Amino acid sequence: MTTLDRARAAAESVVDPELPMLTLADLGVLRAVELAADGAVRVAITPTYSGCPAMAAMRDDLVRELRGAGFAEVRVRIALDPAWTTDWITPRGRAALAAAGISPPGPAPRRGGPVVLDLLPPRRDVRCPRCESADVELTSEFGSTACKALYRCRACLEPFDHVKEI
Amino acid sequence: MPAHHDHESVYSGLLVNDAHWAFGTDFEDPLAGVDTTVPDGVDPAVLARYCLVLGDDALVLSHRLTEWCGRAPDLEEDIALANIALDLLGQARLLLARAAAADPSCVPALPEGSPVPAEDALAYFRADRDFGNVRLVEVPNGDFAETTARLLLFATWRLALFERLAGSRDAVLSAVAAKGRKELSYHRDFAGRWFLTLAQGTEESRRRVLDALGGLWPLWPELFRSHPVETAAAQAGVGVDPASVAAEVDAVLARVFAAADVPRPEAAPRVGGAGRDGAHTEALGRMLAEMQVVARAHPGGRW
Repeated sequence: MTTLDRARAAAESVVDPELPMLTLADLGVLRAVELAADGAVRVAITPTYSGCPAMAAMRDDLVRELRGAGFAEVRVRIALDPAWTTDWITPRGRAALAAAGISPPGPAPRRGGPVVLDLLPPRRDVRCPRCESADVELTSEFGSTACKALYRCRACLEPFDHVKEI
Repeated sequence: MPAHHDHESVYSGLLVNDAHWAFGTDFEDPLAGVDTTVPDGVDPAVLARYCLVLGDDALVLSHRLTEWCGRAPDLEEDIALANIALDLLGQARLLLARAAAADPSCVPALPEGSPVPAEDALAYFRADRDFGNVRLVEVPNGDFAETTARLLLFATWRLALFERLAGSRDAVLSAVAAKGRKELSYHRDFAGRWFLTLAQGTEESRRRVLDALGGLWPLWPELFRSHPVETAAAQAGVGVDPASVAAEVDAVLARVFAAADVPRPEAAPRVGGAGRDGAHTEALGRMLAEMQVVARAHPGGRW
Protein backbone atom coordinates (compact mmCIF):
# COMPACT_ATOMS: atom_id res chain seq x y z
CA MET A 1 0.00 0.00 0.00
CA THR A 2 1.48 3.33 -1.01
CA THR A 3 1.46 6.35 1.29
CA LEU A 4 -1.21 7.91 -0.85
CA ASP A 5 -3.33 4.75 -0.63
CA ARG A 6 -3.05 4.83 3.16
CA ALA A 7 -4.05 8.49 3.25
CA ARG A 8 -6.95 7.83 0.94
CA ALA A 9 -8.14 4.86 2.98
CA ALA A 10 -8.04 6.94 6.17
CA ALA A 11 -9.91 9.85 4.61
CA GLU A 12 -12.45 7.54 3.01
CA SER A 13 -13.28 5.95 6.36
CA VAL A 14 -14.54 9.23 7.87
CA VAL A 15 -18.31 9.31 8.23
CA ASP A 16 -20.71 12.20 7.70
CA PRO A 17 -21.63 13.91 10.98
CA GLU A 18 -25.33 14.08 10.10
CA LEU A 19 -25.72 10.84 8.16
CA PRO A 20 -23.24 8.67 10.07
CA MET A 21 -24.23 5.53 8.16
CA LEU A 22 -22.43 7.12 5.18
CA THR A 23 -18.77 7.89 4.70
CA LEU A 24 -17.88 11.28 3.24
CA ALA A 25 -16.63 9.35 0.21
CA ASP A 26 -19.96 7.56 -0.26
CA LEU A 27 -21.80 10.86 0.13
CA GLY A 28 -19.68 12.35 -2.66
CA VAL A 29 -18.44 15.15 -0.42
CA LEU A 30 -14.82 13.98 -0.40
CA ARG A 31 -13.51 15.31 -3.70
CA ALA A 32 -9.77 14.69 -3.58
CA VAL A 33 -7.01 13.22 -1.45
CA GLU A 34 -3.50 14.17 -2.54
CA LEU A 35 0.04 14.20 -1.21
CA ALA A 36 1.75 17.59 -1.34
CA ALA A 37 5.46 17.92 -2.14
CA ASP A 38 6.16 18.68 1.52
CA GLY A 39 4.52 15.41 2.61
CA ALA A 40 1.29 16.98 3.81
CA VAL A 41 -2.01 15.35 2.94
CA ARG A 42 -4.30 17.67 1.02
CA VAL A 43 -7.99 16.87 1.17
CA ALA A 44 -10.79 18.65 -0.72
CA ILE A 45 -14.38 18.56 0.46
CA THR A 46 -17.45 20.22 -1.01
CA PRO A 47 -20.54 21.44 0.85
CA THR A 48 -23.81 19.64 0.14
CA TYR A 49 -25.72 22.92 0.60
CA SER A 50 -24.45 26.53 0.79
CA GLY A 51 -25.33 26.69 4.47
CA CYS A 52 -24.08 23.23 5.40
CA PRO A 53 -23.23 23.62 9.10
CA ALA A 54 -21.19 20.43 9.19
CA MET A 55 -18.15 21.56 7.20
CA ALA A 56 -16.07 22.33 10.30
CA ALA A 57 -17.02 19.00 11.85
CA MET A 58 -16.05 17.18 8.64
CA ARG A 59 -12.74 18.99 8.52
CA ASP A 60 -11.98 18.17 12.14
CA ASP A 61 -12.95 14.52 11.69
CA LEU A 62 -10.73 14.25 8.60
CA VAL A 63 -7.78 15.84 10.37
CA ARG A 64 -8.26 13.60 13.39
CA GLU A 65 -8.52 10.40 11.33
CA LEU A 66 -5.51 11.24 9.18
CA ARG A 67 -3.39 12.22 12.16
CA GLY A 68 -4.37 8.92 13.74
CA ALA A 69 -3.12 7.20 10.58
CA GLY A 70 0.26 8.88 11.02
CA PHE A 71 -0.08 11.98 8.84
CA ALA A 72 1.05 14.92 10.95
CA GLU A 73 0.29 17.64 8.41
CA VAL A 74 -3.21 17.69 6.98
CA ARG A 75 -4.70 20.52 4.93
CA VAL A 76 -8.42 20.51 4.16
CA ARG A 77 -9.64 22.83 1.45
CA ILE A 78 -13.12 23.67 0.23
CA ALA A 79 -14.00 22.83 -3.38
CA LEU A 80 -16.99 24.93 -4.49
CA ASP A 81 -16.98 23.97 -8.13
CA PRO A 82 -18.63 21.88 -9.42
CA ALA A 83 -21.58 22.06 -7.04
CA TRP A 84 -22.42 18.87 -5.16
CA THR A 85 -25.23 16.74 -6.50
CA THR A 86 -27.00 13.73 -5.02
CA ASP A 87 -25.92 11.86 -8.16
CA TRP A 88 -22.49 11.61 -6.50
CA ILE A 89 -23.83 9.37 -3.71
CA THR A 90 -22.27 5.98 -4.48
CA PRO A 91 -24.24 2.72 -4.87
CA ARG A 92 -22.77 1.62 -1.55
CA GLY A 93 -23.95 4.90 0.00
CA ARG A 94 -27.44 4.40 -1.39
CA ALA A 95 -27.57 0.90 0.04
CA ALA A 96 -26.39 2.20 3.43
CA LEU A 97 -29.12 4.87 3.43
CA ALA A 98 -31.81 2.32 2.59
CA ALA A 99 -30.52 -0.05 5.26
CA ALA A 100 -30.84 2.80 7.78
CA GLY A 101 -34.46 3.42 6.79
CA ILE A 102 -33.74 6.48 4.63
CA SER A 103 -35.00 6.49 1.06
CA PRO A 104 -32.10 7.27 -1.31
CA PRO A 105 -32.49 10.00 -3.95
CA GLY A 106 -33.49 9.36 -7.55
CA PRO A 107 -31.62 11.03 -10.42
CA ALA A 108 -31.00 14.77 -9.90
CA PRO A 109 -32.89 17.13 -12.23
CA ARG A 110 -30.99 17.91 -15.41
CA ARG A 111 -29.86 21.49 -15.79
CA GLY A 112 -30.02 23.39 -19.04
CA GLY A 113 -31.92 26.58 -19.65
CA PRO A 114 -33.99 28.39 -17.04
CA VAL A 115 -35.36 26.29 -14.19
CA VAL A 116 -39.00 25.49 -14.85
CA LEU A 117 -41.47 26.74 -12.28
CA ASP A 118 -43.24 23.87 -10.52
CA LEU A 119 -46.44 24.73 -8.67
CA LEU A 120 -47.57 21.14 -8.18
CA PRO A 121 -46.57 19.01 -5.19
CA PRO A 122 -43.22 17.35 -5.94
CA ARG A 123 -43.66 13.96 -7.60
CA ARG A 124 -40.94 11.43 -7.08
CA ASP A 125 -40.57 7.75 -7.62
CA VAL A 126 -40.16 6.93 -3.93
CA ARG A 127 -40.52 3.58 -2.23
CA CYS A 128 -40.85 2.90 1.47
CA PRO A 129 -37.40 1.80 2.68
CA ARG A 130 -39.03 -0.61 5.17
CA CYS A 131 -41.68 -2.46 3.16
CA GLU A 132 -40.80 -1.27 -0.38
CA SER A 133 -44.36 -0.17 -1.07
CA ALA A 134 -44.72 2.58 -3.68
CA ASP A 135 -47.89 3.77 -1.92
CA VAL A 136 -46.29 6.67 -0.09
CA GLU A 137 -47.24 10.27 0.61
CA LEU A 138 -45.19 13.41 1.12
CA THR A 139 -45.80 14.90 4.56
CA SER A 140 -43.22 17.70 4.41
CA GLU A 141 -40.88 18.88 1.68
CA PHE A 142 -38.37 19.87 4.36
CA GLY A 143 -37.12 17.50 7.05
CA SER A 144 -34.63 17.17 9.84
CA THR A 145 -31.80 18.41 7.64
CA ALA A 146 -31.82 20.53 4.48
CA CYS A 147 -31.23 17.49 2.30
CA LYS A 148 -34.25 15.43 3.34
CA ALA A 149 -38.03 15.43 2.84
CA LEU A 150 -40.48 13.61 5.10
CA TYR A 151 -42.69 10.86 3.72
CA ARG A 152 -45.14 8.36 5.13
CA CYS A 153 -45.84 4.89 3.84
CA ARG A 154 -49.55 4.23 3.39
CA ALA A 155 -48.96 0.47 3.42
CA CYS A 156 -46.96 -0.02 6.61
CA LEU A 157 -47.87 3.44 7.99
CA GLU A 158 -44.29 4.19 8.98
CA PRO A 159 -42.85 7.68 8.41
CA PHE A 160 -39.47 7.91 6.71
CA ASP A 161 -36.91 10.38 5.39
CA HIS A 162 -36.15 10.76 1.70
CA VAL A 163 -32.92 12.34 0.49
CA LYS A 164 -34.01 15.02 -2.01
CA GLU A 165 -32.61 15.07 -5.51
CA ILE A 166 -30.43 18.12 -6.06
CA MET B 1 -16.46 -1.37 5.03
CA PRO B 2 -15.63 0.57 8.20
CA ALA B 3 -18.69 2.83 8.24
CA HIS B 4 -20.63 0.95 10.89
CA HIS B 5 -17.67 0.67 13.20
CA ASP B 6 -16.88 4.37 12.78
CA HIS B 7 -20.49 5.29 13.36
CA GLU B 8 -20.29 3.70 16.79
CA SER B 9 -16.91 5.17 17.58
CA VAL B 10 -18.04 8.69 16.69
CA TYR B 11 -20.95 8.55 19.08
CA SER B 12 -19.22 6.65 21.85
CA GLY B 13 -16.52 9.30 21.60
CA LEU B 14 -19.13 11.97 22.13
CA LEU B 15 -20.24 10.48 25.40
CA VAL B 16 -16.86 10.40 27.05
CA ASN B 17 -14.82 13.03 25.30
CA ASP B 18 -15.97 15.69 22.86
CA ALA B 19 -12.54 17.16 22.25
CA HIS B 20 -12.58 15.98 18.63
CA TRP B 21 -15.94 17.52 17.88
CA ALA B 22 -16.35 20.83 16.09
CA PHE B 23 -17.75 22.78 19.03
CA GLY B 24 -15.14 24.99 20.57
CA THR B 25 -12.78 24.78 17.63
CA ASP B 26 -11.70 27.93 15.87
CA PHE B 27 -13.70 29.50 13.10
CA GLU B 28 -13.10 28.13 9.72
CA ASP B 29 -12.75 30.06 6.52
CA PRO B 30 -15.65 29.13 4.21
CA LEU B 31 -13.28 29.76 1.29
CA ALA B 32 -10.35 27.79 2.75
CA GLY B 33 -8.08 26.81 -0.12
CA VAL B 34 -10.31 28.43 -2.75
CA ASP B 35 -8.48 30.60 -5.30
CA THR B 36 -9.78 34.11 -4.62
CA THR B 37 -7.61 35.93 -7.16
CA VAL B 38 -9.57 38.81 -8.67
CA PRO B 39 -9.94 38.26 -12.47
CA ASP B 40 -7.88 40.47 -14.79
CA GLY B 41 -9.32 43.87 -15.53
CA VAL B 42 -11.79 43.80 -12.62
CA ASP B 43 -11.70 46.53 -9.98
CA PRO B 44 -11.44 44.65 -6.66
CA ALA B 45 -13.56 47.33 -4.95
CA VAL B 46 -16.37 46.85 -7.48
CA LEU B 47 -16.27 43.07 -7.16
CA ALA B 48 -16.26 43.33 -3.36
CA ARG B 49 -19.17 45.76 -3.20
CA TYR B 50 -21.14 43.68 -5.68
CA CYS B 51 -20.62 40.51 -3.63
CA LEU B 52 -21.48 42.45 -0.50
CA VAL B 53 -24.85 43.70 -1.75
CA LEU B 54 -25.84 40.24 -3.02
CA GLY B 55 -24.71 38.82 0.31
CA ASP B 56 -26.66 41.45 2.24
CA ASP B 57 -29.86 40.55 0.36
CA ALA B 58 -29.49 36.95 1.52
CA LEU B 59 -28.31 37.80 5.03
CA VAL B 60 -31.18 40.16 5.80
CA LEU B 61 -33.89 37.89 4.41
CA SER B 62 -32.29 34.94 6.19
CA HIS B 63 -32.57 36.80 9.48
CA ARG B 64 -36.17 37.73 8.81
CA LEU B 65 -37.01 34.09 8.06
CA THR B 66 -35.34 32.89 11.24
CA GLU B 67 -37.71 35.16 13.16
CA TRP B 68 -40.33 32.52 12.31
CA CYS B 69 -38.44 29.81 14.22
CA GLY B 70 -40.86 28.27 16.68
CA ARG B 71 -43.67 30.58 15.52
CA ALA B 72 -44.72 29.36 12.07
CA PRO B 73 -48.31 28.15 11.49
CA ASP B 74 -47.23 24.51 11.79
CA LEU B 75 -44.13 22.46 12.39
CA GLU B 76 -43.57 21.60 8.72
CA GLU B 77 -43.54 25.27 7.68
CA ASP B 78 -41.39 26.16 10.66
CA ILE B 79 -38.78 23.67 9.48
CA ALA B 80 -39.16 24.74 5.86
CA LEU B 81 -38.57 28.41 6.64
CA ALA B 82 -35.61 27.56 8.86
CA ASN B 83 -34.09 25.43 6.09
CA ILE B 84 -34.55 28.18 3.53
CA ALA B 85 -33.05 30.69 5.97
CA LEU B 86 -30.05 28.39 6.40
CA ASP B 87 -29.52 28.17 2.64
CA LEU B 88 -29.61 31.97 2.37
CA LEU B 89 -27.28 32.35 5.34
CA GLY B 90 -24.84 30.01 3.62
CA GLN B 91 -25.01 32.04 0.43
CA ALA B 92 -24.50 35.23 2.45
CA ARG B 93 -21.50 33.80 4.27
CA LEU B 94 -19.77 32.81 1.05
CA LEU B 95 -20.54 36.15 -0.62
CA LEU B 96 -19.37 38.21 2.37
CA ALA B 97 -16.21 36.12 2.59
CA ARG B 98 -15.66 36.62 -1.14
CA ALA B 99 -16.12 40.39 -0.71
CA ALA B 100 -13.57 40.45 2.10
CA ALA B 101 -11.07 38.41 0.07
CA ALA B 102 -11.44 40.68 -2.98
CA ASP B 103 -11.07 43.93 -1.04
CA PRO B 104 -10.04 43.58 2.62
CA SER B 105 -10.54 47.32 3.10
CA CYS B 106 -14.33 46.78 3.09
CA VAL B 107 -14.12 44.86 6.38
CA PRO B 108 -14.78 46.93 9.53
CA ALA B 109 -11.76 47.20 11.81
CA LEU B 110 -12.03 45.31 15.11
CA PRO B 111 -9.88 45.49 18.23
CA GLU B 112 -6.42 43.96 17.97
CA GLY B 113 -6.55 40.19 18.46
CA SER B 114 -10.26 39.83 17.79
CA PRO B 115 -10.99 36.31 16.53
CA VAL B 116 -14.00 37.48 14.50
CA PRO B 117 -13.61 36.32 10.88
CA ALA B 118 -14.04 38.81 8.06
CA GLU B 119 -17.51 37.65 7.01
CA ASP B 120 -18.76 37.97 10.59
CA ALA B 121 -17.19 41.42 10.94
CA LEU B 122 -19.15 42.43 7.83
CA ALA B 123 -22.39 40.91 9.12
CA TYR B 124 -22.22 42.12 12.71
CA PHE B 125 -20.15 45.29 12.72
CA ARG B 126 -21.61 47.42 9.96
CA ALA B 127 -24.34 49.99 10.50
CA ASP B 128 -27.56 49.94 8.47
CA ARG B 129 -26.33 52.66 6.10
CA ASP B 130 -23.44 50.37 5.09
CA PHE B 131 -25.79 47.52 4.15
CA GLY B 132 -26.56 47.35 0.44
CA ASN B 133 -29.58 45.03 0.44
CA VAL B 134 -32.74 45.91 -1.45
CA ARG B 135 -35.45 47.21 0.88
CA LEU B 136 -37.85 44.38 0.03
CA VAL B 137 -35.95 41.95 2.26
CA GLU B 138 -35.79 44.17 5.33
CA VAL B 139 -39.43 45.04 5.98
CA PRO B 140 -40.92 43.09 8.90
CA ASN B 141 -42.34 39.60 8.22
CA GLY B 142 -46.00 40.46 8.65
CA ASP B 143 -48.18 37.35 8.56
CA PHE B 144 -47.46 34.05 6.82
CA ALA B 145 -49.06 35.36 3.61
CA GLU B 146 -46.69 38.32 3.54
CA THR B 147 -43.68 36.09 4.20
CA THR B 148 -44.84 33.78 1.39
CA ALA B 149 -45.38 36.64 -1.08
CA ARG B 150 -41.99 38.17 -0.28
CA LEU B 151 -40.19 34.85 -0.64
CA LEU B 152 -41.91 34.25 -3.99
CA LEU B 153 -40.82 37.66 -5.29
CA PHE B 154 -37.30 37.41 -3.91
CA ALA B 155 -36.56 33.82 -4.94
CA THR B 156 -37.96 34.35 -8.46
CA TRP B 157 -35.73 37.41 -8.94
CA ARG B 158 -32.62 35.95 -7.36
CA LEU B 159 -32.93 32.66 -9.23
CA ALA B 160 -32.99 34.56 -12.54
CA LEU B 161 -29.94 36.58 -11.44
CA PHE B 162 -28.05 33.47 -10.31
CA GLU B 163 -28.82 31.60 -13.54
CA ARG B 164 -26.82 34.29 -15.33
CA LEU B 165 -24.31 34.81 -12.54
CA ALA B 166 -23.22 31.18 -12.91
CA GLY B 167 -21.41 32.45 -16.01
CA SER B 168 -19.48 35.09 -14.06
CA ARG B 169 -15.80 35.57 -14.90
CA ASP B 170 -15.15 35.43 -11.18
CA ALA B 171 -14.77 31.74 -10.40
CA VAL B 172 -15.97 32.15 -6.79
CA LEU B 173 -19.13 34.08 -7.73
CA SER B 174 -19.78 31.61 -10.52
CA ALA B 175 -19.53 28.65 -8.11
CA VAL B 176 -21.68 30.34 -5.45
CA ALA B 177 -24.33 31.07 -8.07
CA ALA B 178 -24.22 27.57 -9.56
CA LYS B 179 -24.78 26.15 -6.10
CA GLY B 180 -27.32 28.77 -5.06
CA ARG B 181 -29.59 28.35 -8.05
CA LYS B 182 -30.36 24.78 -7.02
CA GLU B 183 -31.49 26.09 -3.65
CA LEU B 184 -33.37 29.10 -5.00
CA SER B 185 -35.34 26.92 -7.39
CA TYR B 186 -36.94 24.99 -4.51
CA HIS B 187 -37.36 28.19 -2.47
CA ARG B 188 -39.32 29.62 -5.37
CA ASP B 189 -41.39 26.48 -5.82
CA PHE B 190 -42.14 26.31 -2.08
CA ALA B 191 -43.30 29.94 -2.01
CA GLY B 192 -45.20 29.57 -5.29
CA ARG B 193 -47.15 26.56 -4.00
CA TRP B 194 -48.08 28.35 -0.81
CA PHE B 195 -49.02 31.47 -2.74
CA LEU B 196 -51.37 29.35 -4.85
CA THR B 197 -52.77 27.56 -1.80
CA LEU B 198 -53.46 30.80 0.05
CA ALA B 199 -54.91 32.58 -2.99
CA GLN B 200 -57.27 29.70 -3.69
CA GLY B 201 -57.93 28.74 -0.08
CA THR B 202 -60.48 30.54 2.04
CA GLU B 203 -61.82 34.03 1.57
CA GLU B 204 -59.62 35.11 4.47
CA SER B 205 -56.42 33.50 3.15
CA ARG B 206 -57.03 35.04 -0.28
CA ARG B 207 -57.67 38.46 1.23
CA ARG B 208 -54.43 38.20 3.19
CA VAL B 209 -52.23 37.14 0.29
CA LEU B 210 -53.68 39.86 -1.94
CA ASP B 211 -53.06 42.44 0.78
CA ALA B 212 -49.54 41.10 1.24
CA LEU B 213 -48.68 41.30 -2.44
CA GLY B 214 -50.16 44.78 -2.77
CA GLY B 215 -48.22 45.94 0.27
CA LEU B 216 -44.89 44.63 -1.05
CA TRP B 217 -45.39 45.73 -4.64
CA PRO B 218 -44.12 49.33 -4.19
CA LEU B 219 -40.73 47.85 -3.19
CA TRP B 220 -40.57 45.51 -6.19
CA PRO B 221 -39.27 47.91 -8.95
CA GLU B 222 -36.18 48.65 -6.87
CA LEU B 223 -34.93 45.12 -7.54
CA PHE B 224 -34.64 45.84 -11.28
CA ARG B 225 -33.14 49.32 -11.06
CA SER B 226 -29.51 49.07 -12.16
CA HIS B 227 -27.26 50.45 -9.48
CA PRO B 228 -23.84 51.75 -10.60
CA VAL B 229 -22.07 48.89 -8.80
CA GLU B 230 -24.24 46.34 -10.62
CA THR B 231 -23.68 48.05 -13.94
CA ALA B 232 -19.92 48.16 -13.35
CA ALA B 233 -19.84 44.51 -12.25
CA ALA B 234 -21.87 43.51 -15.32
CA GLN B 235 -19.58 45.46 -17.63
CA ALA B 236 -16.56 43.76 -16.10
CA GLY B 237 -18.14 40.37 -16.78
CA VAL B 238 -18.42 39.38 -13.13
CA GLY B 239 -21.96 40.55 -12.33
CA VAL B 240 -25.46 40.72 -13.74
CA ASP B 241 -27.41 43.89 -14.47
CA PRO B 242 -30.77 43.26 -12.73
CA ALA B 243 -32.62 45.17 -15.44
CA SER B 244 -31.65 42.36 -17.82
CA VAL B 245 -33.73 39.76 -15.95
CA ALA B 246 -36.90 41.87 -15.61
CA ALA B 247 -38.80 40.31 -18.52
CA GLU B 248 -37.91 36.76 -17.51
CA VAL B 249 -38.92 37.33 -13.89
CA ASP B 250 -42.14 38.98 -14.98
CA ALA B 251 -43.05 35.97 -17.12
CA VAL B 252 -42.58 33.56 -14.19
CA LEU B 253 -44.66 35.75 -11.89
CA ALA B 254 -47.36 36.05 -14.54
CA ARG B 255 -47.66 32.26 -14.54
CA VAL B 256 -48.07 32.17 -10.76
CA PHE B 257 -50.60 35.00 -10.80
CA ALA B 258 -52.56 33.30 -13.58
CA ALA B 259 -52.61 29.96 -11.76
CA ALA B 260 -53.69 31.71 -8.55
CA ASP B 261 -56.20 33.99 -10.34
CA VAL B 262 -54.49 37.00 -8.79
CA PRO B 263 -54.39 40.30 -10.69
CA ARG B 264 -50.99 41.89 -11.08
CA PRO B 265 -50.80 44.76 -8.55
CA GLU B 266 -50.58 48.30 -9.82
CA ALA B 267 -49.21 50.16 -6.80
CA ALA B 268 -46.72 52.93 -7.60
CA PRO B 269 -43.05 52.43 -6.64
CA ARG B 270 -42.15 53.49 -3.14
CA VAL B 271 -40.34 56.80 -2.94
CA GLY B 272 -37.06 57.28 -1.12
CA GLY B 273 -33.51 56.18 -1.85
CA ALA B 274 -32.29 52.77 -2.85
CA GLY B 275 -31.25 50.08 -0.41
CA ARG B 276 -28.19 49.47 -2.60
CA ASP B 277 -27.05 53.00 -1.60
CA GLY B 278 -27.62 52.34 2.08
CA ALA B 279 -30.89 54.29 2.19
CA HIS B 280 -33.10 51.91 4.15
CA THR B 281 -36.41 51.86 5.93
CA GLU B 282 -36.21 52.21 9.70
CA ALA B 283 -37.03 48.50 9.98
CA LEU B 284 -33.47 47.51 9.04
CA GLY B 285 -31.90 49.44 11.93
CA ARG B 286 -34.22 47.73 14.39
CA MET B 287 -33.55 44.33 12.90
CA LEU B 288 -29.77 44.81 12.95
CA ALA B 289 -29.89 46.06 16.54
CA GLU B 290 -31.24 42.68 17.58
CA MET B 291 -29.10 40.67 15.16
CA GLN B 292 -25.84 42.39 16.11
CA VAL B 293 -26.18 43.16 19.81
CA VAL B 294 -24.39 40.11 21.19
CA ALA B 295 -21.53 40.20 18.68
CA ARG B 296 -21.00 43.92 19.23
CA ALA B 297 -20.97 43.49 23.01
CA HIS B 298 -18.20 40.89 22.70
CA PRO B 299 -15.91 41.80 19.80
CA GLY B 300 -13.27 39.48 21.24
CA GLY B 301 -15.69 36.63 21.90
CA ARG B 302 -15.23 33.07 20.73
CA TRP B 303 -18.35 31.06 20.01
